[in-house]
Amino acid sequence: MTNSLVTVAYIAASALFILSLAGLSNQETARKGNVYGILGMVIALGATALSAEVTSYSTLLAVVVPGAILGAIVASRVAMTSMPELVAILHSFVGLAAVLVGIANYLQPESGLSGAEESIHHIEIYLGVFIGAITFTGSIVAFGKLRAIISSKPLMLPARHGLNIAMLVGSVVLGAQFMRATGTSGLQPLLIMTGIASLLGIHLVAAIGGADMPVVISMLNSYSGWAAAAAGFMLGNDLLIITGALVGSSGAILSYIMCKAMNRGFISVILGGFGTGTATSKPKDGSEPVGEATPIDVDETVELLRNAKSVIIAPGYGMAVAQAQHAVAQITKILRDCGTNVRFGIHPVAGRLPGHMNVLLAEANVPYDIVLEMDEINEDFTETDLVLVIGANDTVNPSALDDPSSPIAGMPVLEVWNAENVVVMKRSMASGYAGVDNPLFYKDNTQMLFGDARQNVDAILGQLAALSSKSGAVLTSTR
Amino acid sequence: MGAALLGIGIAAPPSFLTHFTVFVLACFVGWQVIWNVAPALHTPLMSVTNAISGIIILGGMLQISGPLSSPTTILGAIAIFVGTINIAGGFLVSQRMLQMFRR
Repeated sequence: MTNSLVTVAYIAASALFILSLAGLSNQETARKGNVYGILGMVIALGATALSAEVTSYSTLLAVVVPGAILGAIVASRVAMTSMPELVAILHSFVGLAAVLVGIANYLQPESGLSGAEESIHHIEIYLGVFIGAITFTGSIVAFGKLRAIISSKPLMLPARHGLNIAMLVGSVVLGAQFMRATGTSGLQPLLIMTGIASLLGIHLVAAIGGADMPVVISMLNSYSGWAAAAAGFMLGNDLLIITGALVGSSGAILSYIMCKAMNRGFISVILGGFGTGTATSKPKDGSEPVGEATPIDVDETVELLRNAKSVIIAPGYGMAVAQAQHAVAQITKILRDCGTNVRFGIHPVAGRLPGHMNVLLAEANVPYDIVLEMDEINEDFTETDLVLVIGANDTVNPSALDDPSSPIAGMPVLEVWNAENVVVMKRSMASGYAGVDNPLFYKDNTQMLFGDARQNVDAILGQLAALSSKSGAVLTSTR
Repeated sequence: MGAALLGIGIAAPPSFLTHFTVFVLACFVGWQVIWNVAPALHTPLMSVTNAISGIIILGGMLQISGPLSSPTTILGAIAIFVGTINIAGGFLVSQRMLQMFRR
């Protein structure tokens, strides 16, 4: 294939990638969007493989085929609850590829560049490898934290900010050495910097706590994009630049949305150290929640569910941990068959990945048009008979709105307490990730259903199913 | 921002500026397109962007045609291998997820 043909193929691939992301604007067009993405990838890779620069097809096939098979196996086996881990580990692969491509490109014999062009080329390589290495090790640590191989508590080394700055300065100094080197003698500083950047990636992510993972993963998503863009500059390949820029801005926007949903600055999340338990130093001026939590049992919860005309379910990460989403979906179906208006209210940071709850509910066959975002549903709580909170805590904490001294003050939350009744399913009275007490539990219209979320949901489902199968009319006639 | 652009304009050669134009415009396109993505689809968005960032294997593909034992070829080949896992895994898992979204 001539160079012009390859370029035209790249233009087509770029357009298809943009269409692919545009397709994700709603559920109807999303599947088509993914197909556009696949098509764009096939065109781009096919054109490159057929170009004059690629001659060793045996090597190419020897790595592409096992890679594709491995990817397909992983993708078809992964459980939807493990999506955050999969996304994290895939980010690390992009980072690793960026490092390898960068170093390989540096070692490639004479690129024929000189003067400013050569300097820029070297900066591109250096930056690409730097971002790639951070993405690589950072994603692996994120993967370890999500898999609970590594403690999800933030790692707080003494003088950790100083450490980060020292590593940055070291990288810049090595960069200056790298730029002065002639031929391929800059390999040594390049490799040392790769090591430092790898440590920096580990340290940056290790300092961030478990529930900040949505931000971390979005951020690594963004980094993997910038790494690809840097590789694009290095190779003078516009398709790589465009794709990298698309992915980079996508991750940046997701990070922004996640930070906003937690009312936290991006910088403070990156610097880490949230949720270490330091937030337990509560103000003593009477803002402590007063009163006692009202416990409730499964029978009473079923009774409440049967009498409610409108129900909103607010799920959190606890639902995913307990694998309760399938039983919740069946409860939803039974109630809807009886004419109850059941909807879901999703907080943007529920789960460990942006949009994680939506995927879990979709997997459990909950129709997506009753799964609403926080902003869409928050006004409806006042007209709701019953709210079921399953495995959520900080995202339904009223002190975010009415207690300015709370560590989560200002964070937008689901205003579940405006409903007539609230049933909170919770293992114990322990506080949530942010270490903040939740006044919701002590409100008059709140009842606590203690115990394992899975067992409780199953028990509720069992009773509801028995009632509705005995006579479908019983449920409706009791209203 | 303006100073940075001025600096680039003074120091950078034209070949870089062509690519830089593409980069800046692509960032804007990304910004516009991503804000339109439904929040419910943010997880598939991540897996799709993950898959398409596997396009970085183009870099590896252009590096493997030298002698088999050269470091460039070996590094390029490993890059292609991990990148392909990304592409196949990312698109497939997106397809799996998107098929679950039913009304």
